[in-house]
Amino acid sequence: MHEMSLAEGILQLIEDAARRQAFSTVRTVWLEIGELAGVDPQALVFCFDAVVRGSVAQGARIEILRVPGAGRCLDCASTLPMTEAFGECPLCGSHRLQITEGSQMRVKELEVT
Amino acid sequence: MCTTCGCGTDEVKIEGGNTGHGHGHEHVHANGTRHSRAHDDAHRHHDPAPLGPGAAAVGDQPDARAPDAGATRRVQIEQDILARNNAYALENRQWLAGRGIFALNLVSGPGSGKTTLLCKTIPMLAGLPVAVIEGDQQTSRDAERIRATGAPAVQINTGKGCHLDAHMVAHAMDRLDLREDSLLLIENVGNLVCPAAFDLGEAHKVVILSVTEGEDKPLKYPDMFRAARVMVLNKIDLLPHVDFDLDAALEYARRVNPQIRVIRVSATRGDGMDEWLQFLRDGAARAAAGRLATVEHLKRRIAQLEARLAALPSAADAPAEPI
Repeated sequence: MHEMSLAEGILQLIEDAARRQAFSTVRTVWLEIGELAGVDPQALVFCFDAVVRGSVAQGARIEILRVPGAGRCLDCASTLPMTEAFGECPLCGSHRLQITEGSQMRVKELEVT
Repeated sequence: MCTTCGCGTDEVKIEGGNTGHGHGHEHVHANGTRHSRAHDDAHRHHDPAPLGPGAAAVGDQPDARAPDAGATRRVQIEQDILARNNAYALENRQWLAGRGIFALNLVSGPGSGKTTLLCKTIPMLAGLPVAVIEGDQQTSRDAERIRATGAPAVQINTGKGCHLDAHMVAHAMDRLDLREDSLLLIENVGNLVCPAAFDLGEAHKVVILSVTEGEDKPLKYPDMFRAARVMVLNKIDLLPHVDFDLDAALEYARRVNPQIRVIRVSATRGDGMDEWLQFLRDGAARAAAGRLATVEHLKRRIAQLEARLAALPSAADAPAEPI
């Protein structure tokens, strides 16, 4: 359940932005969460709703953009889609794969008033 | 959670006090937030380093117009959710590097034998100073076990928290009298999922897997095995008695992390401990060499500046040359 810590991290970023940008209410939060980030989006939304009570983000809607996983084979250098943090190269069969996309967890944008 | 700077939770307890909040010396972060802490000596985790490229993102400048009540607007953030933790971790890492301390973050499921491995390791380190930070949800039993070996240890209780974070570790480091050119072993909360995402400022994560747990753990918990530099395979003395496929375990670990180094040990019987101890000593030697190189670099720089100062026509009268 590190989604609770992640929710707190999101709230910190929002509160920092609220101080700098002088907004009092957050309507929407856009997140970018990679498919390989090890994050359960439903759990994250649940934790976020709990963490933001009494803050500028209370009641805010979460929009999650999932970024598909992708990787590179360290043996034949081909690129491939990845749905798990490991896999097998479809060209050469190697398991020596490096994740190149899909492990990010970012706050992209807020809609505020 | 601390409502001023958002670090930690009220449930987090570090031996010798709480996380340092609510008493002591209040200070102000560079970004204007305040918080209190127990010690005011090292000043190492007061102001997390800037959040790196992209931190001050497009649209991040204060809006010159007064916000129009009721009108919605978009604010670009473009920051990693773990930015705050990562900033504290960077500070820890720099602080440790400056003192030549080799820090490891030991992660595993509960019951893999982390604490026993540490208790057996410490007396064998002969001459290499070591300190331990113990993370558990409750009790200081593990820290007491470590202290019984003679090494200094601090317990962090995370309450309901499922992992250590870099800020907790910074506070715990304050409470340890860490020596230059030493070893810092951080035993994370027993959990094969959550600690993977949180950088504490360590040199490496070391994942401990015991042969009583099943060989498919690397596939079931790939994030942790991918985050680790080393896998210690513990309790190998039990291999004849358990249904554990050693080759499969190694193959699975390398499948999720082709670079992972595997060290097989039995902490209780002593098998493989030489290789483990050598890994620790090599890391400590590299950290110490790094500190010395920095010191030498700074000495050379000081000598250069002193030479320039001496070459000035009249150091007392002339305005200082920009450095």
